[in-house]
Amino acid sequence: MNEIGAFIIEKSAVGVFVFIVLLTIVAYATLGERKIAGFFQDRHGPNRAGPWGLLQVVADGVKFFMKEEFNPDRANKVLFIIAPTFTFMAAGFLMAVIPFGDRMIIGGREVLLQLADINIGILYILAIGSLGVYGIITGGWASNNKYSLMGGLRSSSQMISYEIAMGLAIVALILDHGSFSLRDIVLNQTGPIWNWSVFTHPIGFLIFLVATFAEASRVPFDLPEAENEIVAGYHTEYSAMKFGLFMFGEYVHMTLASGLIATLYFGGWSIPFVATPAEPGIFWGLLTFGVFWAKTLFFMFVFMWVRWTLPRFRYDQLMNLGWKRLIPLGLLNIFVMALILLWTGGAGMD
Amino acid sequence: MTPLDFIPVLITFAIIGGFAYFALAVTHILGPKKYSPIKQDTYECGVDYVGDSRQRFSVKFYLVAVLFVMFDLEVVFMYPWAVNFKELGMGGFIAMTIFLVILTAGLLYEWKKGALEWE
Repeated sequence: MNEIGAFIIEKSAVGVFVFIVLLTIVAYATLGERKIAGFFQDRHGPNRAGPWGLLQVVADGVKFFMKEEFNPDRANKVLFIIAPTFTFMAAGFLMAVIPFGDRMIIGGREVLLQLADINIGILYILAIGSLGVYGIITGGWASNNKYSLMGGLRSSSQMISYEIAMGLAIVALILDHGSFSLRDIVLNQTGPIWNWSVFTHPIGFLIFLVATFAEASRVPFDLPEAENEIVAGYHTEYSAMKFGLFMFGEYVHMTLASGLIATLYFGGWSIPFVATPAEPGIFWGLLTFGVFWAKTLFFMFVFMWVRWTLPRFRYDQLMNLGWKRLIPLGLLNIFVMALILLWTGGAGMD
Repeated sequence: MTPLDFIPVLITFAIIGGFAYFALAVTHILGPKKYSPIKQDTYECGVDYVGDSRQRFSVKFYLVAVLFVMFDLEVVFMYPWAVNFKELGMGGFIAMTIFLVILTAGLLYEWKKGALEWE
């Protein structure tokens, strides 16, 4: 019983620590996005609140809390209120299985910088990832607004289309690693840099990257919020923190999806050519934590970079890419990967 | 692997869910509340709304949903095979190739029937 109590306290501490770091990074991602937009368009971006606009995040947060909450009379009230929390929670729950860092020894106790090292981590991610649709379709439908409904429908059918391609890309990855545990996948990628899955699964990585962009509704797949067609899409009627949760949920999704790309294809917290020391102290733990976030921040930058580089797809182009390009490519990728693994006897691939 | 390993998942649910509902409650307490019938109206670019939004919409969305259920199930079938691939060897490969061929045939059939066209 004492052991269980210590386990719960340890995991709660790790959870709160990771959540605070995640929330800070997500909050600064909203500022970073505007700063990067400013950089790409040769202007300053927000620079009034604090030095370099660093307090802009605080100002935005306070505003979210202080604004008037607004419930349209014709909306379905209960669903309208809880829909934003669905989006936020479906994105945030992914935090549970992502390996944020290696194990370290604090005061004689081994602490793993990952909340749940479960052997069905990948299945958990796919299951929770699918729930993201519910917040959007519920919010869109409950608003009783035509723009919201159209945004919600577009978004859900886009997300489910790309989920298949994402699943196929992960199947090819699992063939190689032979485990659903994200920690095992990271451990398989330690050692020399060519152990990273991106070198053995370049096609799978591209499919996964494109599907991630579509799942996170980012440009060029931001049709659910195509503002010049359907106002603001599913959150047209939302205000105050209810809108804030939708927006935060999107950024949390983007952050954790970047973390997932880093984990599955770029070695996660591992440092190329550096092995885990025999006595990993707190320094090693924080170092791997930092390496994980460095890789993740790079992919978040890629998300923002693409936003200012590519135009938006038309809806039929989006569906064609998902169903007629990515899914056949994903099936072919699995077949070829299985053939290669069979040929090499599974050796030399990991 | 024991049921104990899933406790952190519940801790995550508590942290994330707690934050979401806490934020909703705080904004409900702090924000101003001034009721006005026109403000609470459905937004339709400033003009009076026409009809209700609870009406029929394009059947294509249903079609995508049905196709998704079938394909996603088939992808889920591949997971147990993928994780055991190295132990199953040639036999597993042949069995899965037959499955993949049937799956691809289904996809091609839908493609030829025009179920994937978005017009």
